Amino acid sequence: MRLIVPLQGVVQGRGGLLLGSLIPCALFYFLQLYLKRNRSSDSSVDPPSPTGSSSNLTELQRSSSRSHLSRDGSIGRIRVSSLASSLAEPNDSPYYIGLEKVSEDPYDRFNNPNGIIQLGLSENKLSFDLIEKWISENLNQSLIGNDVTLNINAIATYQPCDGLKECKEAVSNFMSQMMGGSVNFDPSNIVLTSGATSAIEMLSFCLADQGNALLVPTPYYPGFDRDVRWRTGVDLIPIHCRSADNFSLTITALEQAFTQARKQGVKVRGILISNPSNPVGSLLSRRMLYYLLEFAREKNIHIISDEIFAGSIYGSEKFVSFAEILDSEDFDKDRVHIIYGLSKDLSLPGFRVGVIYSFNNNILSAAKKLSRFSSVSAPVQQLVTSMLSDERFILEYIEINKNRIRQIHDEFEARLSQLGIECARSSAGFYCWADMSGLIQPHSEKGELDLWDKFLNLAKINITPGSACHCIEPGWFRICFTTLTLEDIPLIIERIRKVVETCKSSA
Amino acid sequence: MGLGSKSQLLSKIATNDKHGENSPYFDGWKAYDKDPFHPTKNPQGIIQMGLAENQLCFDLVEEWIRNNPKASICTPEGVNQFRDVAIFQDYHGLPEFRNAVARFMSKIRGGRVTFDPDRILMSGGATGANELIMFCLADPGDAFLVPTPYYPAFNRDLSWRTGIQIIPFHTDSSNNFKITREALEAAYNKAQQENINVKGLIITNPSNPLGCTVDTETLKSLVSFINEKSIHLVCDEIYSATVFSSPSFVSVSEVIQEMECNRDLIHIVYSLSKDMGFPGFRVGIVYSYNDGVVSCGRKMSSFGLVSSQTQHLLAAMLSDEKFMGKYLAESSRRLGKRFNIFTEGVEKVGITCLPSNAGLFCWMNLRSLLKEKTFEGEMQLWRVIINDVKLNVSPGSSFHCVEPGWFRVCFANMDEETVEIALKRIREFVGKETEKPVKVKRWQRNLRLSFSSRRFDETVMSPHGIMSPHSPIPHSPLVKAT
Repeated sequence: MRLIVPLQGVVQGRGGLLLGSLIPCALFYFLQLYLKRNRSSDSSVDPPSPTGSSSNLTELQRSSSRSHLSRDGSIGRIRVSSLASSLAEPNDSPYYIGLEKVSEDPYDRFNNPNGIIQLGLSENKLSFDLIEKWISENLNQSLIGNDVTLNINAIATYQPCDGLKECKEAVSNFMSQMMGGSVNFDPSNIVLTSGATSAIEMLSFCLADQGNALLVPTPYYPGFDRDVRWRTGVDLIPIHCRSADNFSLTITALEQAFTQARKQGVKVRGILISNPSNPVGSLLSRRMLYYLLEFAREKNIHIISDEIFAGSIYGSEKFVSFAEILDSEDFDKDRVHIIYGLSKDLSLPGFRVGVIYSFNNNILSAAKKLSRFSSVSAPVQQLVTSMLSDERFILEYIEINKNRIRQIHDEFEARLSQLGIECARSSAGFYCWADMSGLIQPHSEKGELDLWDKFLNLAKINITPGSACHCIEPGWFRICFTTLTLEDIPLIIERIRKVVETCKSSA
Repeated sequence: MGLGSKSQLLSKIATNDKHGENSPYFDGWKAYDKDPFHPTKNPQGIIQMGLAENQLCFDLVEEWIRNNPKASICTPEGVNQFRDVAIFQDYHGLPEFRNAVARFMSKIRGGRVTFDPDRILMSGGATGANELIMFCLADPGDAFLVPTPYYPAFNRDLSWRTGIQIIPFHTDSSNNFKITREALEAAYNKAQQENINVKGLIITNPSNPLGCTVDTETLKSLVSFINEKSIHLVCDEIYSATVFSSPSFVSVSEVIQEMECNRDLIHIVYSLSKDMGFPGFRVGIVYSYNDGVVSCGRKMSSFGLVSSQTQHLLAAMLSDEKFMGKYLAESSRRLGKRFNIFTEGVEKVGITCLPSNAGLFCWMNLRSLLKEKTFEGEMQLWRVIINDVKLNVSPGSSFHCVEPGWFRVCFANMDEETVEIALKRIREFVGKETEKPVKVKRWQRNLRLSFSSRRFDETVMSPHGIMSPHSPIPHSPLVKAT
């Protein structure tokens, strides 16, 4: 329009109108031609460039969903995908940096006593002896043992991608036992996946389109950023929870986050919660579960409940799964999906066994097809089926494991408390959510990261800072204790004490 | 209490049909699932010849596993490794595993090329590997060129979740389905004109469904093409060790050693599902010469890591050089033998297959049996083959072949007796179709029928059977009874 009016002044009437429309078009056409020519001359220049050092990469923001990536994705001169460009750069999240540093200099009581102690990975090493004992006593049933009737044909060939029937049955029984026997899980509602990581990504692909979002209470497991966002283009919108509420989800915060998203024109497709919570270790109350179901129904959205720590409860509070409520009440089941896996409760993260449990047949059908990209290896399914079918062993394992977690948790928290570090109230998981806000300076994310750095490089302990979990209050840290024995605790407390004293003396 | 619109609750990906499972390729499997052949329990059932699975060498693997209890974490000898293996979920993968895979891949290529274990990425089978490399190389809306005929599930693997488009370019029987530079260039240029951003080219070598290795000249031509246009080349080499006759397999990794090429454009997809017959283990591998792709792909492999138990076992097996050497030689020999039995068997009734030297299948020419030389005719024939002849074969149209009448027929997923039954059924059918008794051209040395089902024997001796009244071969009932 801006061109048309003055031109109308120059060339009266319709002539001006014509010129006013032709000239911008012509300009546009020539611009395109110019760009096209430049683009093709660009791609014929091709010295391979060293990775990661291209200045392109340092300019890239750490971005969330693919829809926000506007760059042409290039590494050196070779065009890869935008996703690859952003992922190829070294990860700047303390969560991942810490993990890498430990792998470069891992603590070992005898071989490397000055190495970095890993307290940033929620793994449970407390109860392997029980599993090893079971294997030694039950060889003829587990896979690839010395059994002369080994039939590799049965395990090496193509299997149903969403899991063998027997395995699903064994897993559904196990899930029932894990949740105190108060729920019946139906094996036909299960899709097995290669780890809970895949399960979460698959559900995100099924429930949301690129550009949509899921609401998630903070602080949350750093891996959600990868699992939900990377390849799906789905965003995560935080619902901030505060220490005053013991970081529990509140109705106000949830409604606020939803309304805010709507105002910004973002379509919310569901709520992703972890229950028991990672990193806080608290449980959702029954009342909150009901509220969430109502909220989801009202807004026509989904609930994804990551219940992967359901069997690692050490507190006295009882865990209530969404499945338990849906079992007994007449709620709309089609919108609730449960994530589970054997990485935590059974300490088998390497085996890659994840579960999508859904009441929605359409979701199950889509997930079954998607599971082709991440199926559970057949030998693992065989092993797991044998193990989980031994109900007596499983019940014994659950009990002993819980007691051991409780023992370490109580001892560790007590010792932290002696140092003046209090933790959020928790009843489950492999970690405590420790309040070190009094030790940081300034009282900000920067102060928190400085403290994290002190822990990692001076005290040689890897713990996870709250900012990596998107916690809105600075100074909280997740410390995992299930890779320790009771004997290790004094050493760790000593290292922590040194840092605490450094902070206090510089304050 | 219903929802407003149930399907509205799902994403587009969950509700579109880009998973490709409505293709006749999968329809045949579904038919098979409803009526699967079994030598004793269901001898009239459908024989599965649509699944490219390698079951020929399981005895060797079983023997190795029995003799190597330490490789398993479930044996007394191996259980001391259990906790370290069970807890291991590092996306770099066990170093021993990567080293073993690198050496194995090199061995398959006759040691003419070495692979860097640090460039090896894991994924959920070749399915996951193909999808992963696409996520790394292309954005939604970008395109990849693929020569037809191609593996039907590429539609799912390459484009379902990635959002990329597949641009097929054609090959045909006039030159034995070889890829031509002309066809490739034409497709590329057309895409450019339509403003489609072509990111690369993907081929399978050896080819699925053709069963042929790609010759060096063609490979060189492809490499120079992608280099010129600065687009990526993904070579799916998952059938690399299924070569049973000459010419021997030439990998893109060898070709780039001999020519100027920007290696950042070269990527290989591999798996143990075909060469070793381990699809159930879900071992997919991406090997990229591009550091950025390796870095990104490694992080993405979290979505499809190979189970640590499998890594541990395979690290031991694949590093057993003596065993692997013996395995590769024996596997090749058995595949070759099976291929010969099958192709000679169908040649007797005038059916030819594309000359091939690899793979677990043959590309069968059934054009002469088509009632109409159209795709409808092909579908008609296919339905008859499934429902009447009771063989699940895969029609060429599901591979996007431009010529109707070609079928992919798999033969390595069954024992010898089942092969014979399949051959019999084919011979009967052709006899019926061509409406003349089928002459048996030469003495069938290997026709040792050991069926326990009497019923089947009767069919053989029926008036519509394969024996010509003028046949010189004395097939008396007594011979049959052995």
